[in-house]
Amino acid sequence: MDLTFVVISLIKILVVFAVLMTTLAYLQWVERKVIAHIQVRPGPYRVGPHGLLQPLADVIKLLTKEDLVPPYVNKALYLAAPFLAITMALLSISVIPFGPEITVFGHQTLMQLTDLNIGVLFVLAVSSLGVYGIALAGWSSNNKYALIGGLRSSAQMISYELPMSLAIAAPLLISNTLSLHDLVMRQEGSILSWNLLHGPFPQIFSFIIFLIAAFAETNRVPFDLPEAENELVAGFHTEYSSMKFASFFMAEYANMITVSSMATLLFLGGWMAPWPEKYGSSFVPAVIFAFAGVVALYHGMHAARRRDKKTLPVFGIIFLLIAVVFVLPITQIWLIPLFWFCAKTGAILFTFMWVRGTLPRFRYDQLMGFTWKFLFPVAILNLLVTGFLVAWFS
Amino acid sequence: MSEIPISWFLTLSAILFALGVAGFLFRRNIITVFMSIELMLNAVNLSFITFSYKLQKVDGHLLAFFVMVVAAAEAAVGLAIILTVFKNRATLNIDEIDSMKN
Amino acid sequence: MDVILFLIFAIIAVVCAINVVVQTHPISSAISLVGVMGSLAVLYLLLGAEFIAAAQVIVYAGAIMVLFVFVIMLLNAGAETKKGQSTMALFLGVPLLAGLLIVMSWYLQGWFPANTTVHFGGFSLPALPGKVAESGGSAHQVGMALFTTYLLPFEVTSVLILIAILGAIVLARKEMD
Repeated sequence: MDLTFVVISLIKILVVFAVLMTTLAYLQWVERKVIAHIQVRPGPYRVGPHGLLQPLADVIKLLTKEDLVPPYVNKALYLAAPFLAITMALLSISVIPFGPEITVFGHQTLMQLTDLNIGVLFVLAVSSLGVYGIALAGWSSNNKYALIGGLRSSAQMISYELPMSLAIAAPLLISNTLSLHDLVMRQEGSILSWNLLHGPFPQIFSFIIFLIAAFAETNRVPFDLPEAENELVAGFHTEYSSMKFASFFMAEYANMITVSSMATLLFLGGWMAPWPEKYGSSFVPAVIFAFAGVVALYHGMHAARRRDKKTLPVFGIIFLLIAVVFVLPITQIWLIPLFWFCAKTGAILFTFMWVRGTLPRFRYDQLMGFTWKFLFPVAILNLLVTGFLVAWFS
Repeated sequence: MSEIPISWFLTLSAILFALGVAGFLFRRNIITVFMSIELMLNAVNLSFITFSYKLQKVDGHLLAFFVMVVAAAEAAVGLAIILTVFKNRATLNIDEIDSMKN
Repeated sequence: MDVILFLIFAIIAVVCAINVVVQTHPISSAISLVGVMGSLAVLYLLLGAEFIAAAQVIVYAGAIMVLFVFVIMLLNAGAETKKGQSTMALFLGVPLLAGLLIVMSWYLQGWFPANTTVHFGGFSLPALPGKVAESGGSAHQVGMALFTTYLLPFEVTSVLILIAILGAIVLARKEMD
């Protein structure tokens, strides 16, 4: 184990951790904005331009709140539960690849913390441990609402893990590897070689099953029964306050990022561009950012509010600079894969928010009936057909 | 020194198995007794994997895999039995579940 | 390095296992058992069994123990009451158990002399056709053995699981009469 490896790994860990934490904070801002615009209202607007400093304000508020431990709780487990939830949520990021192998100052390194040859199983294993945080939080709070929330979540997460695993198994049959890096490398080419559309049997069904199960695994609407606020107060985190409450919140968003990245890697070709570079796919990010910059500058010229006269041109110039960075050959090599990965993951994250703004909550018996009587058989059927066709054509 | 004697693994397995036996014999809560059985199964799995390393054969992994599958089936049925017993007798103490005695 | 890792996780495993036995509340025992399983998974990795390590966490810690925790929460099982426990068993059993362990490890040291050792990455098998050489416990190797040599036991376990599912449903469903 030489020194450069250790140094590069440490730098990668720091970068991934910093970016992830910022993303977690801003994902919540994005979600509030998206939901607000779906409901035709502006959303957070007071702190910073367009509410951009709202996450910072939220963090300060949560940090300075009183951190109280209610009486008659099981102290050890009550304190361990949020820690467990956030640890398990952040751990699975360590095997997610964000881009291909790159050369930094003459050292070859993967744009990923570590490439395990059982990467997919690792993510499954860690995410299956995440249920302990919620179940123990519910049980140790010594509160009937929290207990019901914890019970619901453990039953729900065990049940939805089955269709999820089966949906993951189908594209693995086509790619024939468990390493997440190799998984993406085998989807190289165009949109037609992504697992979603490629192979003897396009994995559209398993993609949909995976997404539905992912909603349930992350306790998102329409499956947010563990924290159904109009029947359970706040579900499993009723008794939690301050940073312990924030840990559950961060864990939920980190889990969302993990499942979105997994969907991207398994079905949408990871960091691969939708069409080959010779047809100009490497100019897409520059064009998008330049267009966004021009639009922002235009609106800055014809500002509806007084403050926009200053903020929108600033955003416009920032976007134009990003567009320039995407065209420079030095930065292009590693920024373009990163762009596609973030774009695909972001699209799935947007779907999460979109669904939250659209669908009502399930009833609990409907939720269980749906997975055991519909999703699970469909996932098995899909796996059988895929396996049969892969064996037939290979 | 980066080499671990193989007997350490087997000793650890023996210690875990013995603790499982102790839990099985000493505890009175039926769920804890059941968990002690799982502990013993885990200890046995560790020896399987160690022997697999010693013999440089993959067969031990397969045995461990089958033990896991059987443990999963056992947990499903066993916990269903515990639920039924609790429903009928409202106790989890194995000393009080003694209607077959007289 | 390997020895340090082994010692850390072996100690965690033993401490958690002792905790399983001495804790009076079933949920504390269950969490300790998850600790044992997690540290055993790390030891499996040390022995080159990646697939089994992942399966251990997914099946044992992620499914079976969640089921245990679920049942404990559902029944709202309280701490065990101390009654009818024979002190004789405690005073006779623990030393006997310790003695048994000492004898057993003595024989183990004899059977496996110190030159048979384990180091990380020391478990390798010949590469499968059309594959690069991987660790002996990779999913490819285990899968190949599972679907050739061990096909019949594999199929039999699937029947076993089916029976277990039916049995669990029959036992746990509401009484019809």
